Parts: sequence; C-alpha cells; structure tokens
Amino acid sequence: MIAVIDYGVGNLFSLKSSLAAIGAKALVTSDPELIKSADRIILPGVGAFEDAAEKLSSAGLAKLVISEAKKGKPILGICLGMQLLFEKSYEYGEHKGLGLIKGAVRPLEGAIPESLKIPHMGWNALKIKDKACPLFKYINDGDFVYFVHSYYATECDEAVTATADYGVPVTAAVASGNVFGCQFHPEKSGETGLNILRAFCETEG
Amino acid sequence: MITKRIIPCLDVKDGRVVKGVNFKGLGDVASPVELAKYYSENGADELVFYDITASAEGRKLFTDILCETAKSVFIPLTVGGGINTVADFDRVLKCGADKVSVNSGAIRNPALVYEAAKLYGDQCVVLFADIKRVDGVFRVFAKGGRENTGMEAIEWIKRCVDSGAGEVVVNSIDTDGVKKGFDLEMLEKVSDAVSVPVIASGGAGCTEDFITLFNTLPKVDAGLAASIFHFGEVKINDLKAQMAKNNIPVRLER
Repeated sequence: MIAVIDYGVGNLFSLKSSLAAIGAKALVTSDPELIKSADRIILPGVGAFEDAAEKLSSAGLAKLVISEAKKGKPILGICLGMQLLFEKSYEYGEHKGLGLIKGAVRPLEGAIPESLKIPHMGWNALKIKDKACPLFKYINDGDFVYFVHSYYATECDEAVTATADYGVPVTAAVASGNVFGCQFHPEKSGETGLNILRAFCETEG
Repeated sequence: MITKRIIPCLDVKDGRVVKGVNFKGLGDVASPVELAKYYSENGADELVFYDITASAEGRKLFTDILCETAKSVFIPLTVGGGINTVADFDRVLKCGADKVSVNSGAIRNPALVYEAAKLYGDQCVVLFADIKRVDGVFRVFAKGGRENTGMEAIEWIKRCVDSGAGEVVVNSIDTDGVKKGFDLEMLEKVSDAVSVPVIASGGAGCTEDFITLFNTLPKVDAGLAASIFHFGEVKINDLKAQMAKNNIPVRLER
C-alpha cells in the first residue's frame, strides 16, 4: 500500500486516479500509523514552500517522513513535494526543508534567459542523466512530461537523474538511495507519467 | 524547450458534447468521457471542458461527468463555463480540473481572479476573453460574446493578469467560425502586453493556420479549436507531425 500524504496542500484527485489506473493500492492519509504501515510514501504538494513546510511540520509528519526515509522506505516527492526533500529553499526568504537530499531550491527568475516565461509551464522533454534510476525503467530519454513551477532545485548534482532544457538545464528528477523526486507532475504526464508511477511502485525499499 | 500546446475544446451541454463529432472507433460520439479519452490518447496536450448548460440540473450532470472523465484522463484539464464564485472553483477542482477558466464571472466580479489566485495559485486561473473589434477598438464581450462590455480588451487582460490570472485564452469573435486562420493582429497585441502564456482561439480551419500562428507569433503558447478536431478535418497527431516538420517544438508520441 502507498500512503499519499495529505497535509492540506494541493489537489490530489489526479494523483489518486492515476495510481488507481495503474492498479496501485493507495490511501490518501495524514494518519501516522497508516503512513508507518505503508510500503511506500508519496509526498505531493502545490503552492508555497514555507506554508507547505509549516503544515507538514505542525501535523507532525515532517519528522515521520524523515524517519521512514531513513528506515529505507521508498519515498517519492512530486513538484513542491520534491522541493521539500531538499535542505532549504529560497522562496520568499530562507526556509528549512526535510534535508533528505543535499541541495537548495532557488527561483528560476534570474537563472533563465529573460525571454522565457515564468512559471516554467507545459510539456518539456526529459534529458535522462542516470539511465539506471529505477523510476526510468519504462521510459526513454526525450519523453515528455508536464511541468508547472517557478523555483527549481540547485546544488544537487549528485542526486540529479534527469533535467529539462529551459534556457538552462532545470532539475527534473532526483534520487538519493530510496528517496526520489519529480519536479514535473507524473499524474498529468500521460502514459510517460503513468510509467514513472508504475516504476516507483516496483522500487525496492 | 517547452512545446507548443494543441488543445481541443469540448462544449458540454446536458452531459453531451455539442457540435457533432464523428470518429471511427468511437462508440458514443457525443460522450464527453469517451471523446476526452480519445483525445488524450491521440496527441492532445491539454483538454478544455466548457459547460454551456444553464440549469442547475445541467450543472450537476456536468460536474458528475467531469469527475468521470478526469478519472481516465492524465493530461491537464481546464474547466470553464458558469464559474462565478470561488465555490465554483472548488466544485470543479474537486472533480479533477487542474485549471479553471473565468469569463463573464470575472467581468461581473473582477475580484474573483484575485481571490481564486490567492487560494489556488496563479497557475490555476485562466482568463478566457471574448474579444471583438468595435469601431477599430478591441472590446471585451460578455455572455458568450453576445454583450459588449465597453471595456478595452488589452487593459482588461493586463488588469486580470496583474490580479493573478496565470494564462489567457484570446478568443477572437471576429475570426471565430470563419475558418480562415487565427486573429494574428489581436494575438500579437495581447502577447506583447502580458508575460503569461497566451492561448489562441477562434478561426483555425486547417493545419496551415496553426503553422502560420506559431511561425508568425512565437510568443503564443498554444492553439485551441473545437469543430475542426471533432469533425476530424484536422487530426491532432498529423497536425503535430506537420508542426515538427516546420521546426515548431511539439510533443510527439512514441
């Protein structure tokens, strides 16, 4: 069973539907006991980093996610959920993340050419850096996924498994042991996205 | 690089897609659920569901059908029509919409854009503007293009973007239904005025119209159409293959 962590951030309809479509058993929950008993954890998220980090902490779930990750349970952060996995974010100030992956989240503004629009929104191709990453078992280099974000992960070279070209290489996916992250939305990325979720469901803890 | 998006629009009334559709292999040609699935598996980059029912029963049926559709469609889904309050946003987002488009609702209550953007984020709020030339000036029309609001269109769009609209659909009433190409003059004015994605609507009659659009106005992010896709005059996968041949970045299926 997959625990999709519900901490009041974002719309989980598509994520629930896409997990159902690939036949995965998933439960949207904030119950620590259920999260502990799950085989895998998905940390979703849309919105502002500070607000999301606070909600996760105040629900007592930040510590739980960290301890479950340290036990070796596979964890997938999606979009803002991926950004939360890092040490810190510079979205409106400086805020502490879960610190499960080394690196920081910074604004795209100033990092990409001025002619490009922010947010980075739409379909972009994945440039796969680490073909051996378990998430990419069923997809190919150049497959398209759907992005919506204005901040991106930096100083995380070792963990980057795929990038997307948006004037600069933008961190698209990361992995560090059993902890995975996607900046894009696999639940909105057609067959490619479903294949990434399918692969996550098969990762070993 | 971000690809140009091709977006079919489904007008839904009393649970059925209006403007007849005729596809081989599609059991029920007017079923929004089947048509949406067909498009999502055949090259569409995004779908727009437009609720054109007026009755409360029609609205309930629309919401049920949206829910059913969203369960099997895994590309972004924008919902519009009858969005007048933040509660309407909530209603369709809970049923699987990713973005919500506002038109007359924002004209009646301009604070709606700001309130919705604050709650759900700018990326969730799409301004749909029906625009028509009146004595050489671009004017915003309300009520499905029937009523001249007297507002100047570019100012109106800029105001909504400043309030938090994350995308703008520019529907030219002048070219809509004529099938002789998008309204390039109007689209250029809007894309020069705002920095959020601009979606062109109204006037597409053939593949060439999309190629002209993206080649002439590289700032335009997406092209939206209804009947030419529904009637199979233009097949989305063929259109995208032609776009790729013309060096327009598109998402091609493998």
